[in-house]
Amino acid sequence: MPKPITPPAVDRVYTLNLGPQHPSTHGVLRVLLDLDGEFIVKADPVLGYGHRGHEKMGENRTYKQFMPNTSRMDYLSGLLYNHGFALAVEKFAGIEVPLRAKYIRTICAELNRISSHLLWFGTYVMDLGGFTPFLYAFDDRENILDILDRVSGSRLTYSYCRFGGVCRDVDDTFLEMTRAFIGRLRSRFPDYHNLVTKNIIFIHRTRNVGVIHPEQARQFGVTGPNLRACGIPFDMRKVEPYEIYDQFDFEIPVGTNGDALDRYNVRLEEMEQSCRIIEQALDRMPKGGPYLNKSVSFRLAPPKGELYFAFESARGLTAYYLVSDGSPYPYRCHIRVPSFSNLHVLTDVFCGTMVADAISILGSIDVVIPEIDR
Amino acid sequence: MGSLVTSEWFRLVLGLVIVLAFSQLNALFLVWLERKVAGHIQLRIGPKEVGPFGLLQTIVDGLKLVGKELITPRSADSRLFPIAPVLVFMPVLVGFLVLPFAPNLIIRDMNVGVLLIFAFSAFTVLAILAGGWASNNKYALLGAIRSVAQNVAYEIPLLLAVLSVVLMVNSFQFSEIVKGQERVWFFLIQPVAALIYLICATAETNRAPFDIPEAESELVAGFHTEFSGMRFGLFFLAEYTNMFIVSAVATSLFFGGWHGPFGLDLGVPGIVWFLAKTYVLIFVIMWVRWTFPRLRFDQLMNLSWKFMIPLSLANLVVTAIVLKLV
Repeated sequence: MPKPITPPAVDRVYTLNLGPQHPSTHGVLRVLLDLDGEFIVKADPVLGYGHRGHEKMGENRTYKQFMPNTSRMDYLSGLLYNHGFALAVEKFAGIEVPLRAKYIRTICAELNRISSHLLWFGTYVMDLGGFTPFLYAFDDRENILDILDRVSGSRLTYSYCRFGGVCRDVDDTFLEMTRAFIGRLRSRFPDYHNLVTKNIIFIHRTRNVGVIHPEQARQFGVTGPNLRACGIPFDMRKVEPYEIYDQFDFEIPVGTNGDALDRYNVRLEEMEQSCRIIEQALDRMPKGGPYLNKSVSFRLAPPKGELYFAFESARGLTAYYLVSDGSPYPYRCHIRVPSFSNLHVLTDVFCGTMVADAISILGSIDVVIPEIDR
Repeated sequence: MGSLVTSEWFRLVLGLVIVLAFSQLNALFLVWLERKVAGHIQLRIGPKEVGPFGLLQTIVDGLKLVGKELITPRSADSRLFPIAPVLVFMPVLVGFLVLPFAPNLIIRDMNVGVLLIFAFSAFTVLAILAGGWASNNKYALLGAIRSVAQNVAYEIPLLLAVLSVVLMVNSFQFSEIVKGQERVWFFLIQPVAALIYLICATAETNRAPFDIPEAESELVAGFHTEFSGMRFGLFFLAEYTNMFIVSAVATSLFFGGWHGPFGLDLGVPGIVWFLAKTYVLIFVIMWVRWTFPRLRFDQLMNLSWKFMIPLSLANLVVTAIVLKLV
């Protein structure tokens, strides 16, 4: 565990309001920092600026009507949230999903995971002062958005999944574009490593910075790449495989120290693993067949009871908790978001670091604030 | 009339007018160049809409800045706040007085030229401190404090590196130093000093990867957070003019000034050689900025105090010993 720091005399401490207008607090995060010179004595995240009441909205909509809401929580991995919600309701109401639809959803979800990690990569290096990788990453991400745009008609909030499949079938062009993209991304990784990973300044800014101890991670409920960077290979796709993830050959990258550099490496390696999943899925996908179980009614009413369904979004363990009273409207619709827990570990990790490190740590944690506020 | 043209006053006024015009135009050009360089490094094309190749873009940007309101925060120091941008620009201009553009194109070829240019560039830090302090803003103050610490730390190795060149020609006069490089440029004899100078010069101009006084992801805009309109514009112009000065000084001290390589001038006028080398160095500084992330503050200090200063001191001592023996 990190060693406690001796608090300085009270009159030396002053408060710095980091955000929400601050350029590095992506979204609308506000952190009140108590500083002693450039050192942080206490950090206090202030949340709620992006609260839209999605959970309450869920109680007033049918299950199908709630689907567009799900991609507006974590706007960087909207499709993963769609996918998770579709899976949850399918399990709840016992809906059959055609095999082709499962493959389509897996490919699109993994593409979305890569796009989320790419955006994180770009903004993280930008937070550290390197502007150029940001545009390289966005250039690559643009390809994913084009691909997903082709199939879903949307570039950010997809609402592509339906209960029992997807809303539109994919064509051969989609498959070609996806294959071309995988090749392109793989050819870009060496550039990323040469430009960023091997850069001595980058290494100095991230190694042993913001170390999250496994015990600390457990206490705060940290999940996703942040937890795997601590050396714990916990990934819902492996631990409780859903959809068809048990049929793919992929690895869970883990770190050793739990510092910012490990989190960086884990995410970069995860992109490669996602590429592997997509490649296998493209090879095995059934050539024809239905893409949607069209027997699902609009006013779908799951049997009375409750359901907890967890899946792995780009940021960690995400879960839907649905309670049904037998009507087409959920009685309760709660969403467990990973960023909430991931952010709050910072109150511990920030103490004793410098302001510049705080930016580096905040970036490496990869939080999406609208997801926390919901 | 003849006495007027040759008189000292006339030279001074003419020199000032040329310096002002040149420094402004040059800064505008450099801003354009920076955006073009950044664009091409980042797989973009940079400005291209306003004028040919977007050349007029920075002029339009400048006009926009002139038209903006000059906001003074209520709690700011009402006297120090407006003069800080002027203070930051003044010492940069003085540098032009002694730069050896060509054998006959030095406004004042002083025998302490090198000393003067560094003495005045040390004033910049005062102006930045004044600006940061007067803003009465925490981000600005943090930026100003960082800037002072950084400038103090990096001026020492910078001057030590310059001193090893001065020792070789036994003169602080720019024209003498350039004349000493007719055959061999000093960066071949003093590679360590040249490298230290370039690194420290980047830090002196607060450019990435040493741009922590204005680190936008940490301190919003650092010491000039509260400055708007042309006050901000002056900070901006000063940065680019300063970049030209440090590159020009590097050209004169290490890269042969107005001389071509190895005594071959290929019939090209000295000023062309001088400006070409200066702009190449400026390009290198821009290249570095768009490639590297930013150092952390304490790492920056460590680099200077634990590495650059001992190295430059050792370099100076070795130079002195070798010169004594030869």
